[in-house]
Amino acid sequence: MSEENNVEPKKVNRRAWLKLIGAGAASGVLPAGDAAAENAMAGMHHPVAKTTGPDEEPVAAYEFLNGDEAAFIEAAIDTLIPADELGPGALQLGVAVFIDRQLNSGFGRGDRMYLQGPFIEGTPEQGYQLRMTPSELIRNGIMDVNAHVRDQYKRTFDALSEEDRIVVLTQLEKHEIQLPTVPTVIFFSLLYDLTMQGYFADPLHGGNKGKASWKMLGFPGIGGMYADKIEAWRNKKYMTGPMSIQDLL
Amino acid sequence: MVTKLKPVDIAIVGLGWAGGILAKELASTGLKIVAFERGGPRATNPDFLAPQVHDELRYSRRHELIQNLRKETLTFRNDPSQRGLPMRQLGSFLPGEGVGGAGTHWSGLHWRWTEWEHKMYSGTVAKHGKSVVPADMNLQDWPVDYHELEPYYDKFEKVCGTSGKAGNLQGKRIDGGNIFEAPRANEFPNPPLIQSHNMVLFEKAARNLGYHPFPVPASNASRAYVNPDGVALGQCHYCGFCTAFGCEANAKASPHFTVIPLAYKNPNFEARTNSYVMKVNLDSRRKRAVSVTYLDAGGREFEQPADLVILAAYVFGNVHLMLHSRIGKPYDFQRNSGVVGRNYAYQSMGGVAALFSKDTYFNPFMGSGALGTWIDDFNSDNPDFAKLGFIGGGGISSGSNGGAPIQRHPTPPGSPRWGKGWKKAIVETYHRMTTVGNQGSVMSYRQNYLDLDPTYTDSFGRPMLRLTFDWQENEFRQMEFARGICATIAKEMGAEQVLSRRERGRYSIVPYQTTHNTGGTVFGDDPRTSALNKHLQSWDVSNVFVVGSSAFPQNAGRNPTGPVGALAYRLADTLKDRYLKRPERLVTV
Repeated sequence: MSEENNVEPKKVNRRAWLKLIGAGAASGVLPAGDAAAENAMAGMHHPVAKTTGPDEEPVAAYEFLNGDEAAFIEAAIDTLIPADELGPGALQLGVAVFIDRQLNSGFGRGDRMYLQGPFIEGTPEQGYQLRMTPSELIRNGIMDVNAHVRDQYKRTFDALSEEDRIVVLTQLEKHEIQLPTVPTVIFFSLLYDLTMQGYFADPLHGGNKGKASWKMLGFPGIGGMYADKIEAWRNKKYMTGPMSIQDLL
Repeated sequence: MVTKLKPVDIAIVGLGWAGGILAKELASTGLKIVAFERGGPRATNPDFLAPQVHDELRYSRRHELIQNLRKETLTFRNDPSQRGLPMRQLGSFLPGEGVGGAGTHWSGLHWRWTEWEHKMYSGTVAKHGKSVVPADMNLQDWPVDYHELEPYYDKFEKVCGTSGKAGNLQGKRIDGGNIFEAPRANEFPNPPLIQSHNMVLFEKAARNLGYHPFPVPASNASRAYVNPDGVALGQCHYCGFCTAFGCEANAKASPHFTVIPLAYKNPNFEARTNSYVMKVNLDSRRKRAVSVTYLDAGGREFEQPADLVILAAYVFGNVHLMLHSRIGKPYDFQRNSGVVGRNYAYQSMGGVAALFSKDTYFNPFMGSGALGTWIDDFNSDNPDFAKLGFIGGGGISSGSNGGAPIQRHPTPPGSPRWGKGWKKAIVETYHRMTTVGNQGSVMSYRQNYLDLDPTYTDSFGRPMLRLTFDWQENEFRQMEFARGICATIAKEMGAEQVLSRRERGRYSIVPYQTTHNTGGTVFGDDPRTSALNKHLQSWDVSNVFVVGSSAFPQNAGRNPTGPVGALAYRLADTLKDRYLKRPERLVTV
């Protein structure tokens, strides 16, 4: 595919975008006019972390992770998704902050999980049967892995070389390490899922800073309206912005 | 402390498509109707506004619109020798919660089932004899045929503004539509959606192979549309945030903005949201329902007397309420007797992934929930059951349903799952991989069923529903056969690599597969093998009706919402034309 098929990044401003969205909602549930649609949306807000100045990044302070846990998470996600010539890694994109926020959220606290006993080990097909919430699982898992690493390498996981971190994470993934408290596979799988979620989710949630993973992948973001493009762009490379939720608020 | 409320005429449990249709249709009678919804109220504004509704983490991974398991879940085991254990996290299927139910977060594939799919037993035996039916398969007919349901299928398509192309218009086969569909009186209300690149390739390949591709009937409106009730639907944006999401454009038909607001217009209709119905209470002879017990959001307990109770919850809710209220004889696996919980079935999702050359751009983010091109050449009773060794079939398709990357960042098999090699693989693969999928039918078996768990209780103290289910040989054969067809099509499409996605293994509750669960309160002509008669009326408690896919005797190789809507409209007519005039058993045996 030649370069001329690439679209120029085109910034859609919020007002224009709302107008486009509103035009599709013919049922009257959305106020018809542009200004009215903006008013309707004005009532909805997501809390924005306070910044120290208009142009500065919000300061990332952990809500849930203690220093040791944060060091582990930062080292683990940097190993799972490292920075390279293709694009930034999970650490640069704020995935540690994302994971911290998730662990401190309703999700991390298990607010939509069934956590009543009796707790019995089932078959793999029967799924998760632990009494731990996702936050408890990560916290216990980090302690387990750090204990193992101290035993093997005389240091904590975050102090290992990249090569050794890859070895330890591979052993966890392949269940070559038996953790004392937390089932190895379940711990690795939750850590893995959270890392992927933080890397690819809308930046609203603290990871994927600057929409960098979307840019790397060629995903044009969440504001696309393609009724007039799906045919025109068949088998042609399409990329804009990309746009995130906050870009369009 | 139970507060007993003033009696009403009709209590409806659940406010998704089935409950919403019943509420809207019955409200015109002037009777006092109360509908109970376990989740909260939902409206496009303020619940589904863009850009916030395009939040993949919130809706697709954290399941904003799905049942909260902390309050209510079920236990699961593969076979009766195991102990059922609770589904503690969502996985295999995603029952909806809140006004609109699963209708807010569905994809919009809107089918009419074929003639055979309404008479799987007699249709199969007539063609192949009884010997093709395995001994443990509880193969049953619907007690109504396609032709009786046709006007209701038609009505539901018009309400939803379904986009598609007829393949059998009053018996006339039309190329480009589904020539295997049952005859329809009318064309679809809207023309088909626009095909994506992979769909164009799929259509051409399928034609080259002698198959009959057609656009999936989609309740994602291909143009702005006003339905016969006067409700406007917006044109689909192909934004790719459809399945698991609410639609900000009202282009994806959903009960929360179609039928339910019309019910609300009637002063005799009331919806009570965040209200969990615990139980249907019967009279001392257990022949008549007298009330429902429910808890409000604060956990306060109320008893709502009603003359007629309609259960319109999701499959599991309907079966659970029947069992917990002791309406109808519970199914007994050992004896293969009893009816409530019998004939649970599911659906198989298989097929292949197809990797194309490096200059291919599928633009997977341009799409909608139901955007797909499909063939029925190996679905319904089109396969030769006797020759192939299985009963049933599967719809084979390729679609473009969204490219949001938490869920979609495919890699070829053998790629690393993380690290630098993984990054390289996802970047190289994202634009050039597509799928050819098989959505396979699943028959009902003696050993696959629902009953009450002996150990676990939900947060309200009720015994949980217990699901016992595993794949059977018949279904494995269907999946394997269809996978071969999918691979052939993918090669014909020009794929450089065709990658098989599934091995034989036990059914697992862990990965998401499909929210197409069926059965448990099956309707039929024989009270020994069905919980409901042909009018969806309980054989045992005649003022209880149950509507939804819990009534399906087994599952087809296509989505269930079309027949769910058709059955709901038919039930509304049955109630208005017959039952409400003379409340009695509508079928005697």
